[in-house]
Amino acid sequence: MRARVFVTLKPSVFDPQGTTVAEALHTLGYAAVRDVRQGKYFELDIEAGTQDEARRVATEAADRLLANPVIESYRIEINAT
Amino acid sequence: MKFAVVVFPGSNCDHDAYHAVKHVLGQDAEFVWHRDASLADADAVILPGGFAHGDYLRTGAIARFSPIMREVRTFADAGGPVLGICNGFQVLLEAGLLPGAMLRNRSVRFQCEHVFVRVEQTDTPFTVGCHRGQTLKIPIAHGEGNYYAEPETIERLERNRQVIFRYTSATGDVTDEANPNGSANNIAGLCSDRRNVVGLMPHPERACELQLGSADGLAVLESVVKYVTQGAVAAAR
Repeated sequence: MRARVFVTLKPSVFDPQGTTVAEALHTLGYAAVRDVRQGKYFELDIEAGTQDEARRVATEAADRLLANPVIESYRIEINAT
Repeated sequence: MKFAVVVFPGSNCDHDAYHAVKHVLGQDAEFVWHRDASLADADAVILPGGFAHGDYLRTGAIARFSPIMREVRTFADAGGPVLGICNGFQVLLEAGLLPGAMLRNRSVRFQCEHVFVRVEQTDTPFTVGCHRGQTLKIPIAHGEGNYYAEPETIERLERNRQVIFRYTSATGDVTDEANPNGSANNIAGLCSDRRNVVGLMPHPERACELQLGSADGLAVLESVVKYVTQGAVAAAR
């Protein structure tokens, strides 16, 4: 199973890197880009019989290590391949 | 007294800390490797600055799994004085020994400069030799020192007097201009509930000799010597 974990700063947390990237895009002329939030992306190759089992492992990994719950939240997608 | 200076792969202020306590303060000191299983019977532990484990994932996130951190936790739980400087502070946050987290500096730059911090509380092992309101000129050198915690946590820290150092102007005024990284409430350093674990972003060990531009950092390191050798905080508690 392949788990994709997307970690982003919580909406309430200021993201100076994202803001800087947004400003750079504005310099390039992309005025339509209103805001940028920068995050991290992980692909976990998990040995699991079911998608639920893979999700359980990925969720635990995100809670305990991949994301810092003080400042970050995450979203998980599971694919069979 | 004896200091243990923990060395993680990627620590780079371990020798600065060792030099300050050993050669400037004249105390016993020993390097402790992150895989060691003992703190060498030290009376105080320093987690130094640097880039432990390359700052992979997040600053301090991997260092918390180093075997020595079990010993550091046991030492802290028993009331032993632990000082986390810069990356050492970040390790303490990730290990849950202090609350909150670090964000990228609001400038998005690595900032290396002298700043002023005000000593907010003196009933910790690392400030017992200071006086309240004293300003210290100490250098910072970090890219992620923008202290963040939930508003309720910040309130609790303020209520419990756990904010130990605050970024201020040279005259001790808390201003946004004096805040080098965007930290909540100008927080530069904190202590634990029990007050024996202290973390700060500025580097007192790099400000222990006038040739280095300031010797104000001595006040922090001399405090713990006073604490250990004279039991000074017992009186302040």
